[in-house]
Amino acid sequence: MKVRAQMGMVMNLDKCIGCHTCSVTCKNVWTSRRGMEYVWFNNVETKPGRGFPVDYEDQSKWKGGWKLDRRGRLKLRAGGPLHKLLNIFSNPDLPELDDYYDPWTYDYDKLISSPSSEHQPVARPKSQVTGDDLDIQWGPNWEDDLAGSAEHAAFDPNFRNIQEEVKQGFEDAFMMYLPRICEHCVNPSCVASCPSGAMYKREEDGIVLVDQDACRSWRFCVSGCPYKKVYFNWNTGKAEKCNFCYPRIEAGMPTVCSETCVGRLRHLGVVLIDTDRVEAAASVENEHDLLNAQLDLMLDPDDPEVREQALRDGIPADWIDAASYSPVYAMAKKWKIALPLHPEYRTLPMVWYVPPLSPMESVGKALVRDGEDADAENVFAAIDEMRIPVEYLASMLSAGDVEPVRNSLQRLVAMRRYMRDLNLGNEARPEIATEAGMEPHELEAMYRMVAIADYDDRYVIPKRHGEVSGDAFIDQGSCGIDFANGAPVPGMGEMAGVGAPDPFTGALAAARDGEVPETGALAPEQPDPKFDVRDLLTRHGGQPGSAGAGSGNV
Amino acid sequence: MSLIATSAPATAVYVVLPYVALAIGIGGLIWRRKNDQFGWTARSTELLEGKVLRFASVVFHVGVLAAIGGHVLGILIPASWTDAVGISEDAYHVLAVAGGISAGIAVLVGFVALMYRRFTNPRVRVTTTNMDLLIFGLLAVGIATGLIATLVNIPDTVNYRESVAPYFRQIFIFQPDPSLMTGEGVATIFQIHVIAVWFLYAAWPFSRLVHAFTVPINYPRRSPIIYRPRKPQVAAAKSKSYGSGNLDYGPSIPSGPKPTGTTGGRSRAAQGE
Repeated sequence: MKVRAQMGMVMNLDKCIGCHTCSVTCKNVWTSRRGMEYVWFNNVETKPGRGFPVDYEDQSKWKGGWKLDRRGRLKLRAGGPLHKLLNIFSNPDLPELDDYYDPWTYDYDKLISSPSSEHQPVARPKSQVTGDDLDIQWGPNWEDDLAGSAEHAAFDPNFRNIQEEVKQGFEDAFMMYLPRICEHCVNPSCVASCPSGAMYKREEDGIVLVDQDACRSWRFCVSGCPYKKVYFNWNTGKAEKCNFCYPRIEAGMPTVCSETCVGRLRHLGVVLIDTDRVEAAASVENEHDLLNAQLDLMLDPDDPEVREQALRDGIPADWIDAASYSPVYAMAKKWKIALPLHPEYRTLPMVWYVPPLSPMESVGKALVRDGEDADAENVFAAIDEMRIPVEYLASMLSAGDVEPVRNSLQRLVAMRRYMRDLNLGNEARPEIATEAGMEPHELEAMYRMVAIADYDDRYVIPKRHGEVSGDAFIDQGSCGIDFANGAPVPGMGEMAGVGAPDPFTGALAAARDGEVPETGALAPEQPDPKFDVRDLLTRHGGQPGSAGAGSGNV
Repeated sequence: MSLIATSAPATAVYVVLPYVALAIGIGGLIWRRKNDQFGWTARSTELLEGKVLRFASVVFHVGVLAAIGGHVLGILIPASWTDAVGISEDAYHVLAVAGGISAGIAVLVGFVALMYRRFTNPRVRVTTTNMDLLIFGLLAVGIATGLIATLVNIPDTVNYRESVAPYFRQIFIFQPDPSLMTGEGVATIFQIHVIAVWFLYAAWPFSRLVHAFTVPINYPRRSPIIYRPRKPQVAAAKSKSYGSGNLDYGPSIPSGPKPTGTTGGRSRAAQGE
């Protein structure tokens, strides 16, 4: 057993309203730079739909992720290192810009600068790549709220393995939103695809990053990721990706997408992973077993043996504590209501999704409302009558196995039925919990997590440790992007010129470059000769050794 | 016949220029490796255009690799060595001309296609830098003169293995004899080729051509998944004190009976325990 901490996220799709606030705030922080206009570290797509980039889930086309070879060994679907080196002059599986979209802005200046004329001036769309007029053909979430779905939705790869009847039932249209960021996989195929070794998982928190200094523009990470969440900055010639807002995470703050989510549907937490068994877990033969294999990797942070090994492996004690409060662990492993996106890619993704409930097709079976008469059998039958077919959710969240999805939805319904009684002042019916395979207090805890979803319950983020990862003080004031012309500048797609002045000057620039000044504000703190730690003990009037001593946090 | 016959200019272009170019080239590579890892990239444009690139880039690079191999065989390896392994001068010439022409045509076709793509595709065009333009110019001269030199030498009139090749090798033992390059036997096209390539070497470290020096040959041997600490230098120090099984730094909540009740927003009760 080798224990590593891994940051994870759960998104409760039941609450996503498709407002794109996460996408916009993420873009403002991370990708409003030249070369990155088309990039959305966080995007929200309407399902059913083709997604962003188009048909990214179709691995017969893009060859992302892993597969098992004939002898059952884990291999990159697109081919191993030798295959990649032979194709290094041209990556056959790389999406082109038009598979994402040609990013555009509008010529707003025309609206105020055009001379008086008979007709209103028009702000024409301009490509943010070339600056030319653009005939807009496609965009991220082009299929918003099923727009054009008659034409496009049938291409959704998730329909491919579903029974015919579900396809035919498409007249009874259904839709849902799917916000996506990098999955920060436990077994990331992008990392394995990088010829330069520029991509890595961080030892401390499992966040997957691209070393901008080591990236050499070989592009195999972009095609190697089955979620297409590594992007290519065509201006710098380097790969870039969602970095889980690691500067914020290190400070104990949630990612920007989580913090700004108006539906409060994102949960962040640490899980302890047994990294010795990762390859075995990703190599299980039956795709339907991948979910449980991944759950097996998540170690119980309350198990004394696990805690001991975690400490031996250098995980700070407060991280282990955070793991036992982790909403990700609770929702994925304890309650099993959260499921990974496309586990069949064998990357062991660490962004999990609570499947959305949707209206029952048959009004007569609206059992949540008719709770009193409902028996478990009917409730569970009703799950299969939901507007969003269980099979469709299963093809996204459990490699086509409907049982985990059904189980999750049953528990979400059970939570509602159980809490409805409490809400109405009726007698609690513990059998509702038992029928769903849970204890009543677990349902109550689940209600607190997914329905109340307090800030402190949603985000349990231990801070980075200085003694493990170095002093962060010197990074203060930096923005994470200290390359590619520095901080993102206001005005989408605008960028300071190549010769733009360095915002860091003097001591700041020296500090950024790793020089530690001896004097001034950035100098390391020196011990105060007048300081005596015993003074703290009497600060609140107590005496050293007495009960009140040291209670400085009163 | 020869471009430069007098001694002083010959020394300048065949002795001073090579050393200046090599100094800038090698020194520049070292400097850039230390100071500009972020800029060290092939700067691929495949994202912006892939179909022409699929043909052109492959043909160009394979041609270039073949041409480099040919230069190693013809310039770096002395004729006496190939004689020693039993390759006659005639056999060598047939090989050199056939190989040289095929490689040269591949490079030329690939280069022309890449240039066509670069200047007709608006997306690729906007990524073009001034340094790119300089490199394209030097490459164009080098490719054109190299291919022409191979073609005009089909009758084997210029025995470059007795002139250009020894001159080139002498550079590396610091005893270059410029008269080898200005002798009657060396056609002007060979001279231009050599001079143009010295300029290319000097510009190399400051251009995207640096990607040639970071071919990821280690890739097949390394572990597929890479873990890295946040700050490698801290981790190096850490390995002495961490992970040694020292449990003094114990958990703040001991395992055992679990606390009930709520503490702040995060209680175990909140998770059903």
